[in-house]
Amino acid sequence: MIIDLKKFIATEQPFWRELEQLVVRQEADPYRRMPFREIKRLHYLYHRASADLAKINTYSAELSMRLFLESLVGRAYGVIYGAKAQAVRFAPLKWFWNSFPRTFRRRWQAFALSAAVMLLGSVFGGGAIVVDPHAKAVLMPFEHLQMDPSERVAKEERMTENDRLAGGKSSFSAFLMTHNTRISILVLALGMTFGVGTVLLLFSNGVMLGAVAADYIQAGESTFLVGWLLPHGATEIPAILVAGQAGLLLAAALLGYAPAKPMGERLRETVPDVVTLMGGVTLLLIWAGLVEAFFSQYHEPVIPYGLKIAFGSAVLLLLILFLTLAGKSGPRVSRRRRANRLQRRKDIRDKLLAPAPAQRSER
Amino acid sequence: MTQEGIHSDRSHEFTIHTPEGVTFSLPLAGPTSRLLAWMIDFFCISAFVKVVGMFMPLLGVVSADFSRAVSILFFFAMNIGYAIVFEYYWNGQTLGKRALAVRVMDNRGFRLRPSQIVIRNLLRAVDSLPMFYLLGGIVCLVSRHAQRLGDLAANTIVVKQVKVSEPDVDQVFEQNRYNSLRDYPHLVARLRQRVGPREARLAFEALLRRDALSPESRVALFNTMARHFREKVKFPSAAVEGISDEQYVRGVLDVLFRR
Repeated sequence: MIIDLKKFIATEQPFWRELEQLVVRQEADPYRRMPFREIKRLHYLYHRASADLAKINTYSAELSMRLFLESLVGRAYGVIYGAKAQAVRFAPLKWFWNSFPRTFRRRWQAFALSAAVMLLGSVFGGGAIVVDPHAKAVLMPFEHLQMDPSERVAKEERMTENDRLAGGKSSFSAFLMTHNTRISILVLALGMTFGVGTVLLLFSNGVMLGAVAADYIQAGESTFLVGWLLPHGATEIPAILVAGQAGLLLAAALLGYAPAKPMGERLRETVPDVVTLMGGVTLLLIWAGLVEAFFSQYHEPVIPYGLKIAFGSAVLLLLILFLTLAGKSGPRVSRRRRANRLQRRKDIRDKLLAPAPAQRSER
Repeated sequence: MTQEGIHSDRSHEFTIHTPEGVTFSLPLAGPTSRLLAWMIDFFCISAFVKVVGMFMPLLGVVSADFSRAVSILFFFAMNIGYAIVFEYYWNGQTLGKRALAVRVMDNRGFRLRPSQIVIRNLLRAVDSLPMFYLLGGIVCLVSRHAQRLGDLAANTIVVKQVKVSEPDVDQVFEQNRYNSLRDYPHLVARLRQRVGPREARLAFEALLRRDALSPESRVALFNTMARHFREKVKFPSAAVEGISDEQYVRGVLDVLFRR
């Protein structure tokens, strides 16, 4: 109970102001490492302001004061309880060489499922073309895929003098990048349909891919097919699969593969990995867009198929090596530094648990 | 704060209980204000793309193809990145959200993490299905905390920023008017402690709008309020004799808001 409100405000206001200063400083730079003394002070001031808020809540006319304190306590609460053990600034190179491949490996089951769905789609699409060649119009709704594969190969190979992409390669590349990124974002986002949308989209992409492959293989144009698709497909298809992996992770978090935790908690653990995977997808698709516009669309005799296939294979191999090996050794921290860090944490814990008589007598 | 510490009903309020026993409520933004904010953002993106697009032909000096490529990439980056960049740097607000005074927040009251901002914006792809954010709007209407799918995945909520101004007490109370309740300072002090901020505010609003009420409702309303306040603290009959219910409520608010 507050007996004298004026006196109460006059006494407490300096503490509120001090707390506000600490909160503002930490909000401005969340990566700042607070000195231990400051952490203790923040903790003390936060508790004091919380107690003040509980007291002032009984005062009807002090609405603005209460709102001010509510906002202050809310912000301080966010700073204290939302703090990470170690706030780390985003480092793009470290993210690329460590976080992305490690996340990919840690969540490999979702990738395997994503690949299995697309493979199933490919088998279905390929089988459908073999059994019923008339299904082509339905399975491959693109004009340039409707004609006979051998005819198309002959036509493409004749176009040695007229570069149909002349003066349009950059914009075509930009279009491919944005289009594919949009598709992969959709593959991810449809994870929120409990994965049904993601699975359907992966399957339908697989159907199309399988149908095209079967059509060209049947026509005896396997070399053209591999030379045409592999250079950009080596990154584009894995990118879509990784987007599928991200979408399936979302779905798994929704469905509850760890039912002991509430859904919000499961999503909270999954979302950073999903975002990391999508960052990787974007990079892969930028690369694929460049290769598809500037390299994949040129065939023999402009670029020999052997060279195209070798290039595509090398890219695929590098990608596999990157995803399976990069970041395996982990950041190099010496044993001594690690021991020092652990000791420092232990000291802080001990100090926090120890009583602080100086602070208590302040009130 | 544990998950049990979060409560909300469909009255569109989100309450956070801290482990220190402090509770505060945040009013949730409804689909209408969010739609309006999105429309403003959409307009801003379109305007920005248009303005930058006017300068794009200058890149044609390098090549027309290059200029087209930059345009495509810029348009895409604006569409995807606009909200991400603004929400990151403006602590959960875009231009539209700032105009509508709404803000994205972590549903535990913590600072928004970059991954939360990215995922809630990437999932617009599914929220906007089949068109005009229909799915997101429906989910927002039926979900407990007025969240669209992107918010559910990111564990974020969109709250209204409430600007509460001090009540303009002089609008209601006449200066130097005698208030018999003030003759009992110890009871006045007790009244100040027993009347909560919400009921005081409610009574104040009723007093402000009293002329808009029909005479019967006005009498009934102030009768209910006076009875409520009389139960809180009993003033001696000398203080309340001969004054109407409305005058009594006015007297109560006078001692609550004016010192």
